[in-house]
Amino acid sequence: MKNILILGAGTAGSMMANKLSRVLDKKEWKITVVDPASTHYYQPGFLFIPFGKYSRKDVVKPTEKLLPRSVELIKSEVETLFPGENKVVLKDGKSLAYDYLIIATGARLAPEETTGLLGPLWQKDIFEFYTLEGALALADRLKNFNGGKLVMSIVDMPFKCPVAPIEFVCLADDYFKKRGIRDKVEIYYVTPLSGAFTKPIAARMLNQVMQERNIHIISDFYIEHIDNENKKLVSYDEREVPFDLLTIVPLNKGADFVGRSKIGDELNFIPVDKHTLQMPQYPNIFVLGDAAAIPTSKAGSVAHFAGEILFENILHIIEGKAPAEKFDGHSNCYIEVGQGKASLIDFNYDTEPLPGTYPVAGIGPFKLLDVTRINHWGKLAFRWIYWYFLVKGRALPVSAHMSMKGKKVVS
Amino acid sequence: MAEKIVAGRTIQVNEEGYMTNPSEWTREIAAELAKEEGITLTDKHYAVLEFIREKALAGETLTIRKIGTSGIVDMKEFYQLFPGGPLKLASKLAGIPKPTSCV
Repeated sequence: MKNILILGAGTAGSMMANKLSRVLDKKEWKITVVDPASTHYYQPGFLFIPFGKYSRKDVVKPTEKLLPRSVELIKSEVETLFPGENKVVLKDGKSLAYDYLIIATGARLAPEETTGLLGPLWQKDIFEFYTLEGALALADRLKNFNGGKLVMSIVDMPFKCPVAPIEFVCLADDYFKKRGIRDKVEIYYVTPLSGAFTKPIAARMLNQVMQERNIHIISDFYIEHIDNENKKLVSYDEREVPFDLLTIVPLNKGADFVGRSKIGDELNFIPVDKHTLQMPQYPNIFVLGDAAAIPTSKAGSVAHFAGEILFENILHIIEGKAPAEKFDGHSNCYIEVGQGKASLIDFNYDTEPLPGTYPVAGIGPFKLLDVTRINHWGKLAFRWIYWYFLVKGRALPVSAHMSMKGKKVVS
Repeated sequence: MAEKIVAGRTIQVNEEGYMTNPSEWTREIAAELAKEEGITLTDKHYAVLEFIREKALAGETLTIRKIGTSGIVDMKEFYQLFPGGPLKLASKLAGIPKPTSCV
């Protein structure tokens, strides 16, 4: 009997457990998943919660319901990985041996890393929306916010779903307009980057979207601390941004066991070969999803596309062959911009987001780098696709590799 | 792409003044480039530049936080040594390409 061990039952881990259990012979292979969480969250849905569009029931399912019955789920945290010994030790001291290991432990928020973030204003006037509890608390606060400076800020790169803060300010613009108090609210977008977005062509589109919505961008702002008493952000170069209500993306870090096992970078993300997702020294260890330090977005779409490639490769590797496919960094995200519309971007390691149609060239139905109603419907429909197809490891009619078909090359 | 003569040597630079061939870099070139930015390099500056070169040439992605946790400087000092955009400025003086953030 051989063992495949999967750490993490989020998007990446659940998808791999489902895919592998469907094709591997159960008499020869045992698949084990380790995750302390009883609940699986549809994280893209968190964005809609502060504005009352989604509630708890829309974004949760029990972890075990999304995994196949033949897979053993161990509800525990990981203490340490000993990659040289093919062994994982759990919190209670239990040790698990593996032949192949998939690390899919994602990214977590680390608000404790920023001075003043967990101060007296935390959950009073300072919120995050990357957890269900945080998003629900923010929803309550927004209902009682009747005017002033709303500041959306990002502590550092990389962070999960890099377009979410842009979507948040656009939806906030919409929300305050509907409440008839938009003229009483100033919205600021504060980022450590030199603009709203990193890739130039998409940045142009997003800058325009934000300008049209009267959202002020403050760039190259690297937060040193948060002054709770005077309600302001202070940067390392001593600039200040005052706020009445602050929504923040705290520093994102990988799982703590990565640090304890000394296999990660300074943020506990794990460096891997960006095409095969293998750890260079340990070819039987793969890192999928946000846990990996690869130069693409931390996003469910990346976990999905990379997972398709990894699945094919693992089937080759267990037969003693070389990995057959290379992950190209394919990432793809809907960007909600309010007013019932959304944009869509599709890109990889080498190609920045370009205009065009997706997934079918010339037809769409989705428009890349454009703002349309049908893109917005795509985003809403994606929740069903996620629960019933993506996490379940069922095939979707989109290619894992990015395609230039349907894209227009512009500069 | 253009050529530029700095500290008596010809170097290749891009339109933003970043060196395109890291192997052309010398400490003297760094000092001259720093002068153009109004900075006089100290040993501390050089220690940061050497660290950045070592990591960048090994293919690692650099961040302000990585430099701030390097043990050479903390983030505040990094900003003081290379005011404004410290990572961009330090990369320029270290003769490596402009850092790109991943989305």
